[in-house]
Amino acid sequence: MNQPNAFSTAIELIVSGNPALGAIVMLSLQVTLSAVLIASLIGLPAGAALALGRFRGRSALIVISNALMGLPPVVAGLVVYLALSRSGPLGFLGLLFTPGAMIVAQTILILPIVISLTRQTVEDLWAEYAEQLRSLGSSRLRAIPTLLWDGRFSLITALLAGFGRASAEVGAVLIVGGNIAGYTRTMTTAIALETSKGDLALALGLGIVLIAITLLLNTGAFVAGRLAQRAAG
Amino acid sequence: MHGTLSILPLSVSGLGFSAGGKRLLHGLDFELAAGNRTLIMGPNGAGKSLTLRLCHGLLQPTEGRIDWRGGLPDADKRHAMVFQRPVLLRRTALDNLTHALALAGLPRGEREGRARQALSRFGLDALADRPARVLSGGEQQRLAIARAWARNPQVLFLDEPTSALDPAATKSIETMVAACHAEGMKIVMTTHDLGQARRLADEVLFLHHGRLLEQTPAEEFFHKPRTPEARAFIRGELLW
Amino acid sequence: MRILHSALIGAALCLSLSLGGTPAIAQEKVITVASTTSTEQSGLFGHILPMFKAKTGIDVRVIAQGTGQALDTGRRGDADVVFVHDPNSEKKFVAEGHGVERFEVMYNDFVVVGPKSDPAGVMGMKDIDAALKKIAAAKTPFASRGDDSGTHKAEQRLWKAAGVELKGAGDWYRETGSGMGPTLNTASAMNAYALTDRGTWLNFKNRGNLVIAVEGDAKLFNQYGVMLVNPAKHPHVKKELGQAFIDWLVSAEGQKAIADYKIDGEPLFFANAKKGQS
Repeated sequence: MNQPNAFSTAIELIVSGNPALGAIVMLSLQVTLSAVLIASLIGLPAGAALALGRFRGRSALIVISNALMGLPPVVAGLVVYLALSRSGPLGFLGLLFTPGAMIVAQTILILPIVISLTRQTVEDLWAEYAEQLRSLGSSRLRAIPTLLWDGRFSLITALLAGFGRASAEVGAVLIVGGNIAGYTRTMTTAIALETSKGDLALALGLGIVLIAITLLLNTGAFVAGRLAQRAAG
Repeated sequence: MHGTLSILPLSVSGLGFSAGGKRLLHGLDFELAAGNRTLIMGPNGAGKSLTLRLCHGLLQPTEGRIDWRGGLPDADKRHAMVFQRPVLLRRTALDNLTHALALAGLPRGEREGRARQALSRFGLDALADRPARVLSGGEQQRLAIARAWARNPQVLFLDEPTSALDPAATKSIETMVAACHAEGMKIVMTTHDLGQARRLADEVLFLHHGRLLEQTPAEEFFHKPRTPEARAFIRGELLW
Repeated sequence: MRILHSALIGAALCLSLSLGGTPAIAQEKVITVASTTSTEQSGLFGHILPMFKAKTGIDVRVIAQGTGQALDTGRRGDADVVFVHDPNSEKKFVAEGHGVERFEVMYNDFVVVGPKSDPAGVMGMKDIDAALKKIAAAKTPFASRGDDSGTHKAEQRLWKAAGVELKGAGDWYRETGSGMGPTLNTASAMNAYALTDRGTWLNFKNRGNLVIAVEGDAKLFNQYGVMLVNPAKHPHVKKELGQAFIDWLVSAEGQKAIADYKIDGEPLFFANAKKGQS
């Protein structure tokens, strides 16, 4: 292969401080972190409610959310595309081919992960805490914030899993974002583009940058989590 | 006491409990009066903890009635329970208390003051900002009692509170229980430790195989037990 | 709790940053153009769009798709302008009322690339009909887009003109179902022949053993057209801004910008807009 080395390409990319790369990295992080935030705001309470709630259809919801953890990104992307298209039900929002559309698609992708892992964590905690909390006068509903906070170290792992899925994903953001240069081009769609241009070294270089960022974020979360856990027991 | 109506006496009549097709309690009848310390004793599997949980409202009886005096509407907020293994939340000792006070409906502005008062009352001030989960077993149990005390209950249920603790920690728990009693709280406690029962009991409920065999003043129970089972139990011969 | 709060605030900040762009755009001058991978990946847009922006202040957002998909994006109203290369489909698009009017902008040409070893013996041929017949007769691997793109449609027309029946052709004819670049990657990996537009080829880095085998036949010319999506069907279409882009493309200035784009001294596109076209 008469191609430049991917690792030296990656290092060059980082050291050169390429502004286009910086913008792509920032956009990727904004989109993914926003999706993680929205998915947590919905998924943490929903997962806890699913763990503690006693209502008809609860088992069905649990099975569905577990199954949707394996939802193919392309399918999620297609659904969001059809919904947000000008000819679709939400077309009036004008969100298709914007970062907002990518956030919606990624949120849909990671919501089942957050819900399912939260449900599992909260269910386990409830088994341990139920008597004590009920003795203190807590209803199941009131126990939701208590258990979410006490499960925070496990739940961070759930959110990191969501972050991982969202940041690694290309199918959905490509469809709903359109991979527009300087506007909706993320790390993964840029990698897909460079691959299709046959510039495999640059593609792999970008991939290494993506992995480095993911590694950095996870390390940060891990260390912070460990320190906090040591402090909080 | 505490300027509100007393929820005592507690009248229990025909109390039965079955689970999984097995009858675990058979028609218990007793009344718990205000002021004294009631120790529930009996060999393993007698139904001591079960009786405590039913009285505290964690379980619903399958037969019989549990009536706080006059059916006071908020009676359930006036009794607290300390478990064999306390569950403390992953937050500071102080926050554990304020959380419990929030659940008790104390206004936000009053919680920290009351929580600090509870810690002071039992000499636990130094623990206030320590994460509760890293405290020793004895410290955790003392914190659990302080948490119960902070809610200002009329009745304090304790389920084998010292069975997992060393003698020093056991002693400090007994001191706390005595202090609560001195303030006028009704103490209802299970134990399998005869020495502890002799030290703390004013009255003994003796359970065996889910039946109440005796409700006797402590002095009488330890010297002249009425039933052969109680006699065997005091001699250390009846273990289940 | 403090950790949670700061995390929430940080995340909310990210959210407002990324979403904040959207409402502001309403005032900004932006159009969305559905175009093809050949125009985007050849680097043409990277060359001409800054000039257009400097002159008009209009930002052009390009979504690079296959011609079929780009036309569909226009049909759904998800783009303001469609800029593709399949005259028949384009005329149909306008005839059905999805586009306002079709303007011819430029053409490039297709080439057949293949392995240096040239198992079909077509290297240096100019007659595309004859070359395709030889490839089919030799049953040497041929990688096709197979994705309903303009290039795919052009390729099918060429096979038909050469009299080669593709149905049941056998496993030498391989449809990749993907874009030009991925198809070239595939061809490079399995030493297959492939039809590609010259622009993508010149920009393609992972050539392996592939070289140009057949070029220069007039049948290989590939006409590009541009159309405004019909505002009568999709009222939100930015009529003035979209038309300004089309007008600029066919103006003397736009035509010169296209003609000036070269890779290694080779022009990629030949501007051929005419006055009064339909």
